Amino acid sequence: MSLLFDAVLCLLLLLGALGVVATGAARPAVIAFIGYGLLLGLAWVRLDAVDVALTEIAIGSGISGVVLLHCVRALPAPPRAPAAHPMLRPLAAAIAVAIAAALALAVLALPEPAPTRAADVAAALPATDLGNPVTGVLLVFRALDTLLEKVVLFLSLVGVWALSRDPACRGRPAPLSPEPAPAPSAFLARVLAPIGVLVGLYLLWAGADHPGGAFQSGAVLAAMGLLLVMGDQIRVPAAGNRSLRLLMLAGPFGFLAVGFAGWATAGVFLGYPPGAEKAVIIAVEVAITLSIAVTLALIVLGPPADEGRS
Amino acid sequence: MAMSLIADAFTLVFVAAGIAFFAAGTLGLVRLPQTLSRIHALTKADNVGLALVVLGLLPQAGNIFDAAKMVAIWLLAQLASGAVAQVMAEAVIAEARDGADASPPEESRP
Amino acid sequence: MTGALLFGLAGAALVGCGVYGLLTASGALGRILGFNVLGGGVFLIFGAVARRGAAAGFSADPVPQALVITGIVVAFCATALAVALLVRLSTMEARAAPADAGEKET
Repeated sequence: MSLLFDAVLCLLLLLGALGVVATGAARPAVIAFIGYGLLLGLAWVRLDAVDVALTEIAIGSGISGVVLLHCVRALPAPPRAPAAHPMLRPLAAAIAVAIAAALALAVLALPEPAPTRAADVAAALPATDLGNPVTGVLLVFRALDTLLEKVVLFLSLVGVWALSRDPACRGRPAPLSPEPAPAPSAFLARVLAPIGVLVGLYLLWAGADHPGGAFQSGAVLAAMGLLLVMGDQIRVPAAGNRSLRLLMLAGPFGFLAVGFAGWATAGVFLGYPPGAEKAVIIAVEVAITLSIAVTLALIVLGPPADEGRS
Repeated sequence: MAMSLIADAFTLVFVAAGIAFFAAGTLGLVRLPQTLSRIHALTKADNVGLALVVLGLLPQAGNIFDAAKMVAIWLLAQLASGAVAQVMAEAVIAEARDGADASPPEESRP
Repeated sequence: MTGALLFGLAGAALVGCGVYGLLTASGALGRILGFNVLGGGVFLIFGAVARRGAAAGFSADPVPQALVITGIVVAFCATALAVALLVRLSTMEARAAPADAGEKET
């Protein structure tokens, strides 16, 4: 019965993916992509990976969706593309099927019994005082990956901001919509934002022992910030704003500082002081959550466009 | 034993009814001709459907916190879908008005 | 046939869809979407590997799960940067070709 559900879900996923790549128009393709992301989130729940499901839905579908929809509106309607070579589509389909078939063979040939690091994680997890193994892997056993990914997120925002024109580079991003917010958006922002912030903080707090964590929490907080901006409840701070920049840097630099301190306290880079592991991990998580929230929201809002300073 | 049987029957009936409402809403989304009536079908039917599914799942919740979380999800979905439906409806009306304003000069152009 | 195997095969098919989208898209936005569909398929294969690695009381191997979370965020960063570049490119093109813009605007 549950296999039947999985099969239907896989079929819907495939239809969603085909809807993204086979639709000619940009807006329907983006909307299909958002639906595809939500279905992918369901697939992750079925694979017992609730942390990944939350991340996929919040970032892979939600915030990516806002970025892509914004892009569809900013781009002019493309001129009628010259007809592609008649062999292009069949040839592309043949290459795609060949790659998919090769990967399917690889999936069918996965070794039995499956190699796993679950036992290693289970053995080492009690030392960290964390209950959620995924948070343990992210912040302790593979902390270097997580640190570098914070840097990638930061660099992505730097790249987006670098696209502003010179006198405007310390100003505010262009508003998402030229018109004032409709009354229901303002109402939704006022009612939903406090609840959403609470949910975001809960995800961060619960992430130590249950599914959740810095990314999911940061994405929800960023979404609430964007909701407030879209409802005209707050004004986006200028890119030159000092406290904004401090918030952006708190995560990567705080994490890096803890990493260097690891040499003094635990004898290894990114080691946590023995006895105070959980406290330091939570402090790092709070700092990176704030940075993720601010950075994600600013990436969505785009490069600074006006010359206003604050 | 009897209690859990009653709870399971309750869940089955309410979740099935909820799914029927979702199916009706989806049918409306696919079949109705105008955007406004499509929004109407979707928000009304899906809100009732979600309420029935949540109500049906309440007896299966392990504790009071899980039950409260499910009710909170229903309330939040209600709030979001109501507000989003209003925003979309306003956009549809504005688009129709702009289209009506813009079309006469289009036609009068030689 | 287990659920993990099924999702692994679905992941392989999604990679195929993504490759097709990348090769046939007429615009840069279509290629960005194709790249993201492809990425989703790769992550799903990782998910199947994680699910198969269930052991020691965990219902899935946490190491691939953590790698996928990192991957989703990095894919988002790349997408956001590509979209920003695309929007900037289109405004520059609109300014470089005033004849075209003039026809549309005035």
